[in-house]
Amino acid sequence: MANDDQGILWEVFLRVKAGRPFKHVGSLHAYDKEMAMKAARDLYTRRNEGNGIWIVKAEDIVSSEASDCEAFFDPSDDKIYRHPTFYKIPEGVKHI
Amino acid sequence: MENQDLLNQFQQKIDADIKIEPKDWMPEKYRQTLIRQISQHAHSEIIGMQPEGNWLTRAPSLRSKKILMAKIQDEAGHGLYLYCAAETLGVKREQFLQWLHEGKAKYSSVFNYPTLSWADMGAIGWLVDGAAIVNQVSLQGTSYGPYSRAMVKICMEESFHQRQGFEIMAQLAAGTAEQKEMAQDAINRWWWPSIMMFGPHDSESAHSNQSLKWRIKRESNDALRQLFIDKTIEQGHHLGLTFPDPKLHLNKETKHYDYSPINWDEFWNVVKGNGPGNKRRIRHHIKAHDDGKWVREAAKAYAEKINVKKKSA
Repeated sequence: MANDDQGILWEVFLRVKAGRPFKHVGSLHAYDKEMAMKAARDLYTRRNEGNGIWIVKAEDIVSSEASDCEAFFDPSDDKIYRHPTFYKIPEGVKHI
Repeated sequence: MENQDLLNQFQQKIDADIKIEPKDWMPEKYRQTLIRQISQHAHSEIIGMQPEGNWLTRAPSLRSKKILMAKIQDEAGHGLYLYCAAETLGVKREQFLQWLHEGKAKYSSVFNYPTLSWADMGAIGWLVDGAAIVNQVSLQGTSYGPYSRAMVKICMEESFHQRQGFEIMAQLAAGTAEQKEMAQDAINRWWWPSIMMFGPHDSESAHSNQSLKWRIKRESNDALRQLFIDKTIEQGHHLGLTFPDPKLHLNKETKHYDYSPINWDEFWNVVKGNGPGNKRRIRHHIKAHDDGKWVREAAKAYAEKINVKKKSA
């Protein structure tokens, strides 16, 4: 059992319909991309959940680290002028 | 000792209903509890395919056969969602299977009972899946992100399972005297195992308090069991069938159904491996896994060959 290989771990992304972004739905094991694609279809779209699938090897995903997430996202904290509510608009001005 | 500050921060996140994700810090016991619970849940889905698979070739119509096939396929899917969720905790798929085969990991005891007639397909869908749904709806709110997301997806798919089971029961209950008797017999055999699925009483449950504090579980075993009993009794009235508990009655004060004491000796006996089907279920799983070995090896060899071709091209 120790060398019983279950294949590569893939992450699966699904697009609900054209025009929508792909969204992560889960993962699966498969040995190659063709098999991964068929497994993704069988596993995640048994009820017309989508019409587009992306599969990515889990090891290829580069992710931000949870441990330094505060410091990492800190630069956007003090730039409140990036939000529309920062600006004062004279009363009566419409459609802005 | 784990850092008290980290523990406090962790508990604050839990209390604020912020989900814990795989890379977040978590207490070792939280991780271990989840590994045990999620893998047990995954194994239950996979082993749960066996009692139903028993009736696939003998389904009474093509319609019921296709439905049963779809249901079993869903259960394989649910097992896979859950294995993936469990793997995010740092344990490999192969390891989970090994623990199952060695008897170190458990699965729901209810699947150790045999399926003796077609009516059992009805009773399993209605009662066993019904009980599982009550538990799983609650677990959608579990604090571990991947587990919670798997539960949301599973709950969306499960309601078909319960309805197909109830339909079988309703068909049999409206049929000949013999068919009605079959349905009644199935309820008689599946009722108690179903309500035992919620696990020991709160006062006896070894892991409950900590799990509730960490919001791995959102409601206690007894609360979920009562919820299931109350709504299932009402559904049973529509079938014109009875439940095998003479003490079952609506308590006017609590507005809940009271029931007889549960036979916990039977429950623990089955958990410990002495149920009617424990050995057969695991033996079958090992055989199916071993029989599939050449497929995994061939798929792997094929993938390697394709890679070599690409590199040399």
